[in-house]
Amino acid sequence: MEGTETSRKGKGPLRLLLVDDELGYLAVLEKRMGKRGMKVTAVPSGSEAIGVLRRSDFDVAVVDLKMEDMDGIEVLKVFKKMVPEMPVIILTGHGSEKAAREGIAMGAYDYLTKPCGLEELIAKIREAASAGRDTADKV
Amino acid sequence: MEHARHYQPIKISILLYVVLVSITPLVLIMTIAGYSFHTAYRDKVEVQLVQLVEKHRQTVNSFLNEKGADIRVIAHSLSFAQLSDDSALAGILATLQEQHAGVFVDLGLVNQKGEQVAYAGSFKLARADYSTADWFKQAKGREFYLSDVFLGLRGLPHFIVAVRVPFAGQNYILRATIDFVAFNELVENISVGETGLAFIINSRGEFQTKPRVDLSSEVPAILDLIKKNIDLAKERAKAAESVAVPAYKSQERLPVHFFTHRPDKGSSVISVMTPLKGGDWVLVFQQEEREALARLYQTRMVLAAVFLLGALAIIAMAFLLSRRVISRIAQVDTEKEMMNERVIEAGKLASLGELAAGIAHEINNPVAIMVEESGWIGDLLEEKEFGDTDNIREIRRALAQIRTQGGRCKEITHKLLSFARKTDPTETEVDPNALAEEVVGLSEQRAKFAQVKVEAALADGLPRIRASASEMQQVLLNLLNNAMDAMDKKQGGKITISTRFADGMVVFDVADTGMGIPEANLQRIFDPFFTTKPVGKGTGLGLSICYGIIRKMGGKITVNSAVGQGTCFHIHVPVSEQKGRPETSLV
Repeated sequence: MEGTETSRKGKGPLRLLLVDDELGYLAVLEKRMGKRGMKVTAVPSGSEAIGVLRRSDFDVAVVDLKMEDMDGIEVLKVFKKMVPEMPVIILTGHGSEKAAREGIAMGAYDYLTKPCGLEELIAKIREAASAGRDTADKV
Repeated sequence: MEHARHYQPIKISILLYVVLVSITPLVLIMTIAGYSFHTAYRDKVEVQLVQLVEKHRQTVNSFLNEKGADIRVIAHSLSFAQLSDDSALAGILATLQEQHAGVFVDLGLVNQKGEQVAYAGSFKLARADYSTADWFKQAKGREFYLSDVFLGLRGLPHFIVAVRVPFAGQNYILRATIDFVAFNELVENISVGETGLAFIINSRGEFQTKPRVDLSSEVPAILDLIKKNIDLAKERAKAAESVAVPAYKSQERLPVHFFTHRPDKGSSVISVMTPLKGGDWVLVFQQEEREALARLYQTRMVLAAVFLLGALAIIAMAFLLSRRVISRIAQVDTEKEMMNERVIEAGKLASLGELAAGIAHEINNPVAIMVEESGWIGDLLEEKEFGDTDNIREIRRALAQIRTQGGRCKEITHKLLSFARKTDPTETEVDPNALAEEVVGLSEQRAKFAQVKVEAALADGLPRIRASASEMQQVLLNLLNNAMDAMDKKQGGKITISTRFADGMVVFDVADTGMGIPEANLQRIFDPFFTTKPVGKGTGLGLSICYGIIRKMGGKITVNSAVGQGTCFHIHVPVSEQKGRPETSLV
């Protein structure tokens, strides 16, 4: 069952930036996705995520909408300025779809409603990575 | 009853104000118009009567002057020998009678002692002695004298015109008797209506003409009136003199006057009088006021009737108006109360919604972690080191159960959040079937309690609709809730929510097997505040809001119902014109 996700350039594991202030959720996702061959960088806040993105490249970012220091939309704006071609998936609570749709209008790839199943999330990440690769190729 | 008591003072105030404001001008107009008409009419009647009396005064005066002048002419133009000769007198009398149609009854010459020395006439009065007669005494010292009416020696009413005839140092008197009947006719002819009559009375209260009815009992009152009249005339004359207008110069020209008095018989009488014969006689015309002013009284009755009808109409209108205003106020108050109730209810629901949303959010994260952690255990169990023992299998089963229950928790929190979230009016593209399914899911629990089976019959391949998902959800939930309320509480029933495509629109049909809606109510179910639920149970706004939402979307909502069989609502919603990327997680 453990496949190896590929990076934007088609070489090495898929590099995923996971941003969520719910530490327990962050930790378990990191472990499970890691086990599925992704190179996961789990960050508990928006500001830290921006710092991490400055230092490293990622194929896909998954950002929680509601966080303590910066909310997902603000993080998305910064991400899109820094790395416009990197697909960003928004995680949102049920009932906050309106904000998530605003995120899509600002350049997010798509949104998923929490709690979502791991398989659903991974499928969406793969889809985004593939779309991201296409964009990168065109660039 | 409480309401009626509450509105009673307002109702009475409105009633009083309307009546007061409307009737006051009416009373003023009636009073002013009535008074003006009354005065004008009385003035007119007075002028008419005064003219009548004045005319007759002139007639009577001319009669008397004429007869006096005739006798004077005879006295001065004939010789004493002719005047003292019976046959000559008879000739003159015949000429007079011929000229004056029998007004002169007889002629006589009376010497200084009162003995009649010559006589012509039909009575046996030759050599009659008048030395003690009142008229003789009065006439003796005067050049001309006109007596009052008296019976005299002949025993018939008459009066005398006497002219002094000096001859041989003695003063003789030529006297002529004027026929009372002829004189009486002059005044008797003054007759107006049934009660208008005229007479002449002297200052001692003796009638000089015979009134048509017996007035002897009223003589003192008439004399009193005459006295007042003369006083008033003198006052006026003095006032006129003071401004240098010589109006009161001649006794004969005393102005006529108009008096109303109320004799004991109970009716008012209008009296107009004028002096005659230098004030010795007074010509009086009397008419009962009710007859003289009959037109005035008739008009007054008409005015009174108009006033009465007007007042009644005003009171009736005021009553109706106050009742209508009060009923409107009561309706507005009721609507306000309902709105207040609804606002309070909405407030409660909003608080409850926020609370539920908060709890759901808080639960979501731990549940997500639990599910993921169990997944992680599952991942680890895949490692070879754990093998495939019974215990491992049991652990895997337990993990699967945790994931299943985690999924249930997710469902529950989703429903809770769907219910609690605020209505978002933003229109998006909505999958009609997903919407219908979600609404069925949301009403599952309530349906279970109400023993109602909710079924969805969804058509495949429906286009998306352009609508606010939360508002559409509100509409469908409202219809479902109403349908459940319409079911028998013990027997339950069935609700079918189906989707279809018709006439370029997506149609949602919500059909129940409830009690149905009577024909009379069917027209009113979309009216605001129309409810058949008991007081406090329904605001009567649900269907009205649904109607508004669907109309706003450009759709329509219709209903079919049969009492005892059930009701079916049809919601027609326009399809989306955009063919953009479908939104996977909408609804």
